[in-house]
Amino acid sequence: MQTELSLGQPDPAAKGPAGGPQKSMTYGEGGLAFLFAMLALGALVVASGAESQAYAFHAYLSALASIVCVFAILNRYVDRPAARPALEIDGKPNYNFGPVKFATIAAMVWGIAGFLVGVIIAFQLAFPVLNLDLPWTAFGRLRPLHTSAVIFAFGGNVLIATSFYVVQRTCRARLVGDLAPWFVVLGYNFFIVIAGTGYLLGITQGKEYAEPEWYADLWLTIVWVTYFCVFIGTIWRRKEPHIYVANWFYLAFIVTIAVLHLGNNATVPVSVFSPKSYIVWSGVQDAMVQWWYGHNAVGFFLTAGFLAIMYYFIPKRADRPVYSYRLSIIHFWALIFLYIWAGPHHLHYTALPDWAQTLGMTFSIMLWMPSWGGMINGLMTLSGAWDKLRTDPVLRLMVVSVAFYGMSTFEGPLMSVKSVNSLSHYTDWTIGHVHSGALGWVAYISFGAIYCLVPWLWNKRELYSLKLVNWHFWISTIGIVFYISAMWVAGILQGLMWRAYTSLGFLEYSFIETVEAMHPFYVIRALGGVLFLVGALLMAFNIYMTIREPEAASAATPSLVPAE
Amino acid sequence: MAEAHHNEVDAASGVSTTGHEWDGIRELNNPLPRWWLWTFYACIAWAVAYWVVYPAWPMVSSYTSGVLGWRSRDAVQVQLAGLRAQRAVFAEKLEAASLDQIEQNPELLAFARAQGRAAFGDNCAPCHGAGAGGAKGYPNLNDDDWLWGGSLEQIHATITHGARSTDDAGHQGNMPAFGTDGILQRPDILAAADYVRSLSGLPPAPDAQIAKGKEVFEANCAACHGPEGKGNQELGAPNLTDGIWLYGSSRADIVADITHGRGGIMPAWGGRLDEGTIKALTVYVHTLGGGK
Repeated sequence: MQTELSLGQPDPAAKGPAGGPQKSMTYGEGGLAFLFAMLALGALVVASGAESQAYAFHAYLSALASIVCVFAILNRYVDRPAARPALEIDGKPNYNFGPVKFATIAAMVWGIAGFLVGVIIAFQLAFPVLNLDLPWTAFGRLRPLHTSAVIFAFGGNVLIATSFYVVQRTCRARLVGDLAPWFVVLGYNFFIVIAGTGYLLGITQGKEYAEPEWYADLWLTIVWVTYFCVFIGTIWRRKEPHIYVANWFYLAFIVTIAVLHLGNNATVPVSVFSPKSYIVWSGVQDAMVQWWYGHNAVGFFLTAGFLAIMYYFIPKRADRPVYSYRLSIIHFWALIFLYIWAGPHHLHYTALPDWAQTLGMTFSIMLWMPSWGGMINGLMTLSGAWDKLRTDPVLRLMVVSVAFYGMSTFEGPLMSVKSVNSLSHYTDWTIGHVHSGALGWVAYISFGAIYCLVPWLWNKRELYSLKLVNWHFWISTIGIVFYISAMWVAGILQGLMWRAYTSLGFLEYSFIETVEAMHPFYVIRALGGVLFLVGALLMAFNIYMTIREPEAASAATPSLVPAE
Repeated sequence: MAEAHHNEVDAASGVSTTGHEWDGIRELNNPLPRWWLWTFYACIAWAVAYWVVYPAWPMVSSYTSGVLGWRSRDAVQVQLAGLRAQRAVFAEKLEAASLDQIEQNPELLAFARAQGRAAFGDNCAPCHGAGAGGAKGYPNLNDDDWLWGGSLEQIHATITHGARSTDDAGHQGNMPAFGTDGILQRPDILAAADYVRSLSGLPPAPDAQIAKGKEVFEANCAACHGPEGKGNQELGAPNLTDGIWLYGSSRADIVADITHGRGGIMPAWGGRLDEGTIKALTVYVHTLGGGK
């Protein structure tokens, strides 16, 4: 199952005069170095005519990164052996874990940065003076920095790391491509840097969760298509007769995010020298496309992608078979078919036509059980191994994560019902809902996966300290409980205050009074965020110490298969 | 299943596996949980029923409107009509009554104050504060010091037409920029500021030239603020003797007032709020404590 999707595979025919392989530059190396050189040149031209300093900064940053890439590719060529890495060594797959390691560390770093910015903006909401009256530190710029850092930087790196790991292990095949996997990982993280610095400098297209401007979007498209090629190419190369369920979910995530990204970022730039662009959609259609994108970013990035993680890491860690193959098939297809319709529930009671609101709501209700299929498969996989929850805090993290997943995928359909939504919409209940999913489900399954991955990748017997994992678990669980209960109370109180009428038929509270009433809950929420951040710092320390530990004895085996 | 015979059975659960294995992970051949399947069916049935009842599916040039014929635009009209009906009893009387009559009728007064309080919170509080206490540059409405007059009619006119607003009928009159427009020199401005401070008994600075300031005041300021500095509500010129300061009482504040001039803007609410609401607001502001 060889494929030439990859950038520069070894040419077995290229033999030197002595019979040994002769070193020659692959098309991938040469071509990519040339493209990066051209990109550097183009970026310098743009920088010289850039409309704003912020845009010029991005152009110079791109030029610098491109030049570094050219040198890195050439340097790597000089240092590498003539033969390309073998696909198999002694009949065992020769896995490519370098990019996985990079993305794992990047996830940890971005995660802490994102949680920290979250804590800062939570305190800004409670104490507005913390905006510092500076444009760069104002809530409006830091908020997208927080959401992008946690969703795309932390979550995205976890998804790339785990997908590149899981697809290799469950296909028993080395990742396709030589430079391509590195291009995906480094290119994606460069996108994050451009997006994040752009927000701080005031570059945004003002679409929630799709704030980066046209040039960042274009770059992400290239990176994402490469990601798709590497992933599908590796599946194509598989040594297993069937494709494992985790890979279905990863594939659904990669394909759908590509479609969503293109649809919601269909913009026309003002000029190549300007960061500004205009969207081709207008009015309520733009709103509909935006929330089709926004809701399915939740559905396919934060749900399908992380379900893939759940389907590999829970059975692996619990050492139990997946509960039901049939359930996994049915809930997979039901989930991806139904999710894509649910976006309009973000636009209840707006200019969106009634029929579209109905479809958004009813499809959200029908989505309840397909979502829960994943929860059942996750939890029931533990049957016969429940005792492990007492001794293994990593497994406990992942199981609690599935419980939070179940809770928020019940809460979501509930909030999509129009009569509930008329109370909950625009209130902090939504923020609480998002965070029970984000902190409880997405972050916890990611933490669990990283705790599993690091010893496997770096060939260590176990984590540096399971006790610290236990502390991490309890501190951040208390943090989540603080956070979501404060937001439930705040949101419902807010909704009730907004709709309260006096007996004479006038609004009982002015808007500012409802804002004042939020203060204590905002403080509790911020403290919950601090606890969550402290837990993540414990984790980072634990991961760092694990990587520093001496390698496990089995590292002597040449197969490069990590010890487990 | 035909190939079930060679699929191994999981010892812990007694359920057979599907026979596949990926990196050590196997899958059990458990059926779909019954309760899960039936709840899924029930959700689908509910959705279909909802589609029959409510607007749901787009057609070529229209959409299925549902057997109830429900439309959200109609629903909001019904709710608004209900609200209007609830308010109607008093609202009609409020429209018909004069401002004085409203204040003298306890029932109407209570209604007007309830409506005024709600309207004030959402329209006026951003500048005048939730308790109408004002802020620097935004008058306090609880005291009896009025820039443009504190009678019911005067307050009504100020709310309707604003001050220095886009409404030609609004209050006009600016404090000139005596310094930046070159009318007065810096020493004269300092002296005038010292004199103005002395009018309300503020302690003089050590180098204060009260007598010189009095001369400057009489020549330049008295035309609007009056010879005794008591102000003029026709022009919106504040009373300078009552110890209430819209832009601060320090020497520096007053020097800045004289140098750069002042002219705060109050928007005209006539086109934005209906007459009943403006009447209610007038009564609400008048009864805050400082009405004349």
